[in-house]
Amino acid sequence: MDKMPKWADIVLIPLISLLLAAFFSALVILAIGENPIEALKLMVDGALMRSSGWGYTLYYATNFIFTGLAVSVAFHARLFNIGGEGQAMLGGLGVALCCLYVPWPHWSLAILGASVGAALFGALWALIPAYLQAKRGSHIVITTIMFNFIAAAILNYVLVELLRPVGAMDPASAKFPDATHLPSFQDMFSTESNKMFRGAPANVTFFLALAASVFVWLLMWRTKLGYQIRAFGHSESGALYAGINPVRITVIAMLISGALAGMMSVNTTMGESERLILNSTEGAGFIGIAVALMGRNHPFGVLLAAILFGFLYQGGAELALWTSIPRELIVVIQALVILFTGALDNMVREPLEKLFIAMRRRNA
Amino acid sequence: MTAPAIELKGISKAFGPVQANKDISISVQPGTIHGIIGENGAGKSTLMSILYGFYKADAGEIFIKGQKTLIPDSQAAIRAGIGMVFQHFKLVENFTVLENIILGAEDGAMLNSSLGNARKELKHLAEEYGLNVDPDEVIENLSVGHQQRVEILKALYRKAEILILDEPTGVLTPAEADQLFRILDRLREEGKTIILITHKLREIMEYTDTVSVMRRGEMTATVKTAETSPEHLAELMVGRKVLLRVDKKPAEPGATVLDIKGLRVVDEAGVERVKGIDLTVRAGEIVGIAGVAGNGQSELLEVLGGFADGTGTITMNGAEIPLSGHGADGQARRAAGISHVPEDRQREGLIMEFAAWENTVFGYHHSPEIQNGLLMDNKGIYTEAEAKMQRFDVRPPDPKLAAKNFSGGNQQKIVLAREIERNPDLLLIGQPTRGVDIGAIEFIHQQVVNLRDQGKAILLVSVELEEILSLADRVVVMFDGHITGERDAAQTNEKELGLLMAGITDTSAVANGNGGNDTTQQEVPADG
Repeated sequence: MDKMPKWADIVLIPLISLLLAAFFSALVILAIGENPIEALKLMVDGALMRSSGWGYTLYYATNFIFTGLAVSVAFHARLFNIGGEGQAMLGGLGVALCCLYVPWPHWSLAILGASVGAALFGALWALIPAYLQAKRGSHIVITTIMFNFIAAAILNYVLVELLRPVGAMDPASAKFPDATHLPSFQDMFSTESNKMFRGAPANVTFFLALAASVFVWLLMWRTKLGYQIRAFGHSESGALYAGINPVRITVIAMLISGALAGMMSVNTTMGESERLILNSTEGAGFIGIAVALMGRNHPFGVLLAAILFGFLYQGGAELALWTSIPRELIVVIQALVILFTGALDNMVREPLEKLFIAMRRRNA
Repeated sequence: MTAPAIELKGISKAFGPVQANKDISISVQPGTIHGIIGENGAGKSTLMSILYGFYKADAGEIFIKGQKTLIPDSQAAIRAGIGMVFQHFKLVENFTVLENIILGAEDGAMLNSSLGNARKELKHLAEEYGLNVDPDEVIENLSVGHQQRVEILKALYRKAEILILDEPTGVLTPAEADQLFRILDRLREEGKTIILITHKLREIMEYTDTVSVMRRGEMTATVKTAETSPEHLAELMVGRKVLLRVDKKPAEPGATVLDIKGLRVVDEAGVERVKGIDLTVRAGEIVGIAGVAGNGQSELLEVLGGFADGTGTITMNGAEIPLSGHGADGQARRAAGISHVPEDRQREGLIMEFAAWENTVFGYHHSPEIQNGLLMDNKGIYTEAEAKMQRFDVRPPDPKLAAKNFSGGNQQKIVLAREIERNPDLLLIGQPTRGVDIGAIEFIHQQVVNLRDQGKAILLVSVELEEILSLADRVVVMFDGHITGERDAAQTNEKELGLLMAGITDTSAVANGNGGNDTTQQEVPADG
């Protein structure tokens, strides 16, 4: 019998962990002489109370959904893909090549093409570590993280030496053609009288991320490929017994993972900067690990966790803008959230399990 | 009458909602062998863990030699004179016997004096109880039986008066088990008290003075062994009458289904585990492979099941099947009509975190009838799982429950339901009743016999000789990767098989008189 109801596992534990993280964050803010309640108000105001705030929160969330899904798919196969950052960088290159060199007639086709390009480049970047893990036993944590550095170096080279327009001073590609401009939330939801999401970078890619969530859910729990990935992740010896090829599953899971991480760049490169720049990923590949952890590797959980982290990102920016709280503090808060929701999960879980068992026994 | 060596009064222990021990009282007389028997999950191990200080009882008292004693940890248990020999030995493989024995009981910071004292003490113990082990041998070079002796010596070195043995014969050959019981006899004569936990009725009947039966956390009876019978004990364990012998007609073997020639298997470490064996299994017969664990039976099953590579030729229904590379995986084997109930259901046969319904298609997830376009037909699988669990009496019959939440016997029924209902030509079945309770054993054996009677070929691997003898029609014995003999199950006995299992092929001294002394290897006469 399960120790506690499912809702407690999915909702209650993250919530309590989050409150704990908030409590300790408040202590830190107090310690540097600021008012935590004011800070929280500012964060909520800036990230959630205005449509433009939401426009930023959801823009960040879109990135985190992709990278969170990427980590979670790999994790179902017991593969710890911490190379989302590098896969996303290369995905950006895929987007840029698609946008710069294919004459798209309309953005709706362009986003499909760019998604394919991003997924392809991201997947290929994950393929090498996957192959090394599956065939040679090189640990995927080591290889994926090393590949992040290689990706950064490649991107640097490509931007400086190959894609930089003649005469331009910054390491960035040329601006993408207008036909590849993705409708932002502002374009989509504003009316003449009521401007919504003014100036915010959230764009149609958010819906692509939602679609990706549904896709991952279907894949993992409704297809035999997902069945095999999960079976392999739980028990490699069981997978062998069932005739599930470990090499094949390792490679496929990493390809899907890399593709999802790569697709993040549709949001940043095509939706926001509209040209390929250095460091467009801004660490989202790593945040994806926390998002997957907090979201219990379930697409719906990933979605909620991504929005939470989007809120933290945007709220943190607001804090830095309006108070003397340094921007670094938001990293501290994020770290606390990761610490409590991920690493210290059992600290909340065990007492809670005991509580539920005690309650059940009293009722019995 | 002297005070009991151990007396437990009203011991209760709950794990969450599960009441593992319910108000257990038991009294063990000094200088006796006291058996504790019960199905898996009956609470035997929990009770012993309480006695050894691993768990704290929720209620109840422990008396050692009439003294009320608190046992908060294993150190306290040792001080109270209790020694425990676990089913899985707790030895440091690359230490010598002597080093293992003093481990945790050193006299001081420097080892030399401890080692010296221990050597003397060990010599003394060896003389007194016939427990001979070379003190300077490294553990990994010892046989399993000798490793177990080291465990017993460890307990005696710590002045144990009460020795608890948890399923001690599970890993031993019949001969090693005999030796063990001779040692236990000797210990009893010297006044030690022995508690023997086992699920083997035969051991209880032969070696114990008193036996206590546990069922569902309760002590249902304590009786003098001389005044009971195996049937009666089984009934007390399960709570209903149980058939101890398998009820089956003589086999009517048909055409050869599986034909193995010159099979060799080399494991990952480069050690040859199967050294060129020939074996046939025909339709409508159960061929049992007897042998002590680790003599190549597992590797044989792995190759047949498609998850290890081998060399040689294997034909299935006359068609050769590949033994390595492409086409030698579990999927190809299933396509060839081979179903497989693996030896280790928790690591192989089931995904423990998957729900029961998901496990009912494990290995058959590619079957077209469970696909619904691109997706899996989860609804259909679920409905079918419900029916399967009903037919195989899986309890609780809840397909949503994760596999890990079923008892061993019910997990095995899930695997069996999946493999048998595929209607295979050949069923491989490894350790079908390991960790399975008596009530479920009866059911599982009946299912295997039914499959045979439908004209299917069955290859059974088991380390339980009793099981081989009662279930198989033909017995093949494996030792050190070779087949050391083949016997008609009806015309052999445990003694003869025991010799073959130890690699001794001359069994004329113990073979049954009748039926011709068929000591030649291989091949029953092929008829029509």
